[in-house]
Amino acid sequence: MKALVTVAEVATVEDEFEIDGNAIDERYLEYDLNEWDDYAVEEAVQLSEDGLVDEVVAVTIGPERSEETIRMALAKGADRAVRIWDDSFDGLLDVAAKTEVLQAVVEDEQPDLILSGVQTGDAMFGATGVSLAAAIDYPWAAVVNDLEFDGEIASVHRELEGGVEELTDVETPAVLTIQTGINKPRYASLRGIRQAQQKEIAQKTLADLGLDGVESELELTEMYEPEVESDATVFEGSAEETAGELANVLREKGVAQ
Amino acid sequence: MSDVLAITEHRRGELRDVSYELVSAGRELADDLGGDLHLAVISGQVEEFAGSLSREGVDTIHTVSEGEEFNHDIYTQVTERLADELDPSVILMANTVNGLDYGPAVATRLGRPLVTDVIGASFDGETLTATREMYGSKVETRVEVGSEEVAVTIRPGEWPEANGNGNPEITEFDAAIDESAVRSTVTGFEEVGGGDVDISDAEVLVSVGRGIDEEENIELVEELAKALGATLSASRPIVDNGWLPKNRQVGQSGKSVTPEVYIAIGISGAVQHVAGMKGAETIVAINDDPNAPIYDIADYGIVDDLFDVVPALIAEFE
Ligand SMILES: Cc1cc2nc3c(=O)[nH]c(=O)nc-3n(C[C@H](O)[C@H](O)[C@H](O)COP(=O)(O)OP(=O)(O)OC[C@H]3O[C@@H](n4cnc5c(N)ncnc54)[C@H](O)[C@@H]3O)c2cc1C
Repeated sequence: MKALVTVAEVATVEDEFEIDGNAIDERYLEYDLNEWDDYAVEEAVQLSEDGLVDEVVAVTIGPERSEETIRMALAKGADRAVRIWDDSFDGLLDVAAKTEVLQAVVEDEQPDLILSGVQTGDAMFGATGVSLAAAIDYPWAAVVNDLEFDGEIASVHRELEGGVEELTDVETPAVLTIQTGINKPRYASLRGIRQAQQKEIAQKTLADLGLDGVESELELTEMYEPEVESDATVFEGSAEETAGELANVLREKGVAQ
Repeated sequence: MSDVLAITEHRRGELRDVSYELVSAGRELADDLGGDLHLAVISGQVEEFAGSLSREGVDTIHTVSEGEEFNHDIYTQVTERLADELDPSVILMANTVNGLDYGPAVATRLGRPLVTDVIGASFDGETLTATREMYGSKVETRVEVGSEEVAVTIRPGEWPEANGNGNPEITEFDAAIDESAVRSTVTGFEEVGGGDVDISDAEVLVSVGRGIDEEENIELVEELAKALGATLSASRPIVDNGWLPKNRQVGQSGKSVTPEVYIAIGISGAVQHVAGMKGAETIVAINDDPNAPIYDIADYGIVDDLFDVVPALIAEFE
């Protein structure tokens, strides 16, 4: 039984930043493993520790820089990784483009279970996992926050809105998109980090995957800071001063009276 | 070819509000394109739902009475078949948990580009321009789609609910569901987040977010809540980390709260959080990032380090 986990390196933006053309100026970006994927990796590694999965393969679409991030997935227990990149990928990759690339990887790897994060923290499309499932004709479930797997049927909880969960049985092979909170992602141990140095990260080009080129039909034409609609009264001064002013407001509203 | 097909949503016998928002968004886009607005009502009490959805601006409602609750395989198949029949320019869906469980499959099966979580959309000729956020709402972007056939999911709460009465044609659509392609089964529902406290009853909430940094620091906000006679609630990461129980979570997948005073401490104000607390009478934010989206809805703010402000605030009430 093989599990494939899609992992993305995402950019997070500092509090103060500048926009340069249609992108955030590189100086204000930090790169990290996508929050949702951290939970997906953990879930796959736990299935492997429970003996339900023999191999956990992490796949990423990312430039060379992202090797550091994918090594984190290896340090946390994934067995090996595949990294796909093409220079044409700079800019916004849409869901269809990511799907095409991942579909080719699935054809190579033939996994039984694919775990994907619900969304990436930067582009926030929230669609790649389900789109991939449709492309490769696997059953799927989106926004999963509980998983029991007997080797054939994945019994999942799908987290709906308003504190309601839907209980669903999905046949495998399947794609599940993993929601935060499903488990407690581990920190990589020193031993894990050392071992990860020895694990394979196979680099693939589009040609290696038998693809001619992959194009996004979505074009990002503008990026701007949203107008702040704030009409908040912001208190100024030292913490004692601002806390004092806020305390007055709260007392006026009858708090702690 | 210039029509809009919007897929409505319901759950446990009730249409969801976003269904009426889809009517408004769908009508706008159909007007841009000079086409008709079609709605689909799939599963459950379709006739009753179609009656409620007979609002101004809707041209045709297609009903498919198949099963009771949402099943993504059914929704995917029906939407695909309707699209084959109607050839709409836009397939419009809701960016809800269920929308994200079938929308991407529809787009991929039909080979349409997909734009999700859209907060604004318009056509200029044949080009769709959509507005959406990125980087946890820190920026907005415009995205152009150069295809005559697109799939779009809209963020709930961004368009008004359509309300004028209309007189659409209501027709039953024979979707000829392929049962062998229904490979997931909904076995039930479960309410989560019960327990000793109900944060939706509280008049004053002290709510803590990821800015609190460490589990040990939760004590600090507990102390503030005590000093104010308030109840403690939290954003999702605090509950995901197991620092507070699920029944303390405010937001889309937690509780909706409407206290007199809501004090958000180290919470950025992501849409899914705001969905659960925007009805609070007075909103106070303590966050050291002046650009945090929480300030868009806050009435009072302190842009400073919570580890300085919270102890000072506790001192005020001791
Ligand atoms: C399907 C789905 C459902 C979701 N449901 C929910 C839900 O029900 N509820 C929910 O809350 N979220 C939900 N989320 C998650 C949501 O998108 C955000 O990730 C989450 O709300 C962020 O929580 P936060 O504001 O505490 O953390 P962050 O966004 O990380 O914000 C932390 C804030 O703390 C501030 N800060 C940091 N340090 C300090 C300091 N020392 N002093 C002052 N300020 C500081 C920072 O400036 C920042 O603004 C959901 C997401 C998805 C995809």
